[in-house]
Amino acid sequence: MAYEQNTGEQLLSGEQYLSFMLDDEEYAVDILRVQEVRGWTPVTRLPASPEYIKGVLNLRGAIVPVIDLRERFGFEPRPYGPTTVVVVVKALQEDEERIIGLVVDAVAETYHIQPEEIRPAPRLETSIRPDFIAGLATLNERMIVMLDLDHLLSADELALEQLTPEDE
Amino acid sequence: MSVDLAQFIPVFLEESYEGLQVMETALLTLTPGDDETIDEVFRAAHSIKGGAGTFGFTAVAEFTHEAETLLDAMRNGSVEVTPERNQLLLKSADIIRDLLERAAAGDQSTPPEADALAEQLHLAHASPAQSPAPAVNDTDVPAAEDSTGGIWTIRLEPGPDLLMTGNDPLFLLQALAELGPVSTQADAASLPDWSALDPEALYLNWTIELHSDCDEAAIREVFEWVEDDVVLTIERQGTASAAGDNSDEAATSEAIPAPDPESKPATTDTGPAQPEGPQNRARSAVRESSIRVDTGKVDSLVDRVGELVITQAMLLEVSQALAELEHPAVEALQEGLLQLERNTRELQEDVMRIRMLPISSVFNRFPRLVHDVSQQLGKQVELHLEGAHTELDKTVLEKIGDPLVHLVRNGLDHGLEPPEEREAAGKSASGNIWLSACQQGGNILIEIRDDGRGLNRERILAKAMERGLVEPAAQLTDQAIDELIFMPGFSTAEQVSDLSGRGVGMDVVRRNIESLGGHIDVLSSPGTGSCFTIRLPLTLAIMDGQLVRLNQDPYVIPLISIVETLQTTPEMLVSLAGNRCLLHFRDEYLPLIKLASSFGLTSEQVLEPGGIVVVVESGGQKAGLVVDELMGQQQTVIKSLEKNYRRVPGLSGATILGDGSVALILDIAGLINRNVDPDAALIARQRNEQHEVQA
Repeated sequence: MAYEQNTGEQLLSGEQYLSFMLDDEEYAVDILRVQEVRGWTPVTRLPASPEYIKGVLNLRGAIVPVIDLRERFGFEPRPYGPTTVVVVVKALQEDEERIIGLVVDAVAETYHIQPEEIRPAPRLETSIRPDFIAGLATLNERMIVMLDLDHLLSADELALEQLTPEDE
Repeated sequence: MSVDLAQFIPVFLEESYEGLQVMETALLTLTPGDDETIDEVFRAAHSIKGGAGTFGFTAVAEFTHEAETLLDAMRNGSVEVTPERNQLLLKSADIIRDLLERAAAGDQSTPPEADALAEQLHLAHASPAQSPAPAVNDTDVPAAEDSTGGIWTIRLEPGPDLLMTGNDPLFLLQALAELGPVSTQADAASLPDWSALDPEALYLNWTIELHSDCDEAAIREVFEWVEDDVVLTIERQGTASAAGDNSDEAATSEAIPAPDPESKPATTDTGPAQPEGPQNRARSAVRESSIRVDTGKVDSLVDRVGELVITQAMLLEVSQALAELEHPAVEALQEGLLQLERNTRELQEDVMRIRMLPISSVFNRFPRLVHDVSQQLGKQVELHLEGAHTELDKTVLEKIGDPLVHLVRNGLDHGLEPPEEREAAGKSASGNIWLSACQQGGNILIEIRDDGRGLNRERILAKAMERGLVEPAAQLTDQAIDELIFMPGFSTAEQVSDLSGRGVGMDVVRRNIESLGGHIDVLSSPGTGSCFTIRLPLTLAIMDGQLVRLNQDPYVIPLISIVETLQTTPEMLVSLAGNRCLLHFRDEYLPLIKLASSFGLTSEQVLEPGGIVVVVESGGQKAGLVVDELMGQQQTVIKSLEKNYRRVPGLSGATILGDGSVALILDIAGLINRNVDPDAALIARQRNEQHEVQA
């Protein structure tokens, strides 16, 4: 009984998450933000862009930038394999919806996570900027990092880092 | 009637602005006796007045009423058509526009000139009216201002076609009944035989007796919408003595057709002459055959069709891969796909055409502009418009207006000489400006030509040197000097006049045109005039592109910016400090842009003789783009990178190729400004100058 009630609530509040792997770490994003998951296919490289921007791909007529999350977070680059996927997500910036692809090692699970199960991340010395992380959750004794897509993909964030070398 | 009128206001405003433009264009050509043109102006004013009244824009309605009354007097010949009156009406059109803008902004105030102008309009139609038709003022006006109340006799002859205009005499009678007790007599005299009867035509005329305290204006208001289509006589019994007798007769005698003709000139408001009727309807029929659609809908349609073209190209490639199977079904598939290709192409063209509008909407503002400016300057100018029906994309159309205005003003201000100077030079006293548009392939050519004095090269060169735009010792060709006017920071007007010299130079004109993917050139010869040629793409959504390969990736160069594509020979490549950075191209030294390395695609791009260079031009500057391979030319649908990412320096967008992959479109103007090594550009210029000295 209790279980059913729970699911109902969770579905309504939309707190279902899709998780994926980077090395053996697990990261999760709000599943309602995920537009599709597709296998890795070569993309068109963008000139004058940081390494972690792999390029752009054609998503049913829209030009979508693809970000390698490993490189963005400072992991060692790893050759793309059969499990490498692009998670296409929506991010909101100044009320504008942007569609962006994230290259990750593999898709893991979908979870129901209650808001109270998410704890703020302690300030740590990591290569991941703290505002990219919405919080941490523990499920089955595994830690899952909840990502803040709107910050992660903020245009300012991208623009600032890239324009500097190009501009005189 | 719970209809919210406010929703129709934007449509009314749009139509009114169009109406004003019609008025202006017509007034400029109006000559005495040109009844058709007066009618046109009158109708425009009339609809603005009517609409303004409906929406409660009283200031607009009242002012327009004065203009309309003058036009009406001009129309029925009681006031002559003179240039002064045309000028007065042109000014009124400005005031009406101003009033409309204020009204639209919820501002009921009037511009300061409005009252004075209304007074002038009033005088213009009131004073001469006294001589030809004193009766109007003597009998009618006092009658209307006299006490209200009494018995009105109204004679209504709707004419056979009233129902076609969506009006119904029954409603008119009902509306009259709201003013007071009504007794109505139908006059069936013109009713034809049963066999000849057209069920949709009206044959009845009415004589209506109205007992009401209202004034004549209130009665006229009932007929406001049908005024032009009916013959209407309104008389008050017992006031105007002569007319009163007649109307008494008419009122008492049953079914007697036609009121006394003598009473007509006094108060009859006859609509336009009979032949006007069908013409009116023809016009409204034309208007009804078009619809107003939100541009957003059209844009999304354009996008969808773009997708369709890409999908179709993708399918075609797949079918070509299948061709090896030699199966009859594959053949059928390919045939079907070819047909699909034709259909999609046509569909794409049709959809693109929805966004296309005739350039006349831009051209139409020039007769007025030229008229005003030439008067201000004391010059005589004839404007010739050609190809006003040429169509181009709405977005391009919206943005081309200002550059054109600037060029035409420039031509009037600097190009054309005052009459005396022209005559002294053996030309006609009145100067000419030609504004023409035509389509040439996928481009639109717009020409602004004058037969004035041409560009003053000495002054241009002196100014350019003074501003440090050219080296003092530089030897430039005539064409190169002419091109200097497009340089940023250059302005030829010695005296900053009201017209030009408003801080907007030709460089801005050129920048605007290039931002539309276009191109401007000037050709001038001293004493005979100048000609500016603008080349614009038909649409901004689609572009003809040259596909090239840089390292491993496909890129698109807009065809319009390509001067030439060439395979380099050893003589063409000029080294500086061991670096091949200049291209010797047709007596010019051009800086080379090594895209693959400046984009960071390869560490160091080497150009060997035999390598391919695409010579491109933007902002009057040429450069050579080093590419690895030339691929096909194709029409590309332009996609924005900013939508999901951001602007990338050196790129103007992206497009999707037949195989579904993305190709990036090069921003030639940006590349030339950004990527040309300043040293290389300087050296190129010095070389060019030396070269010209030698030559």
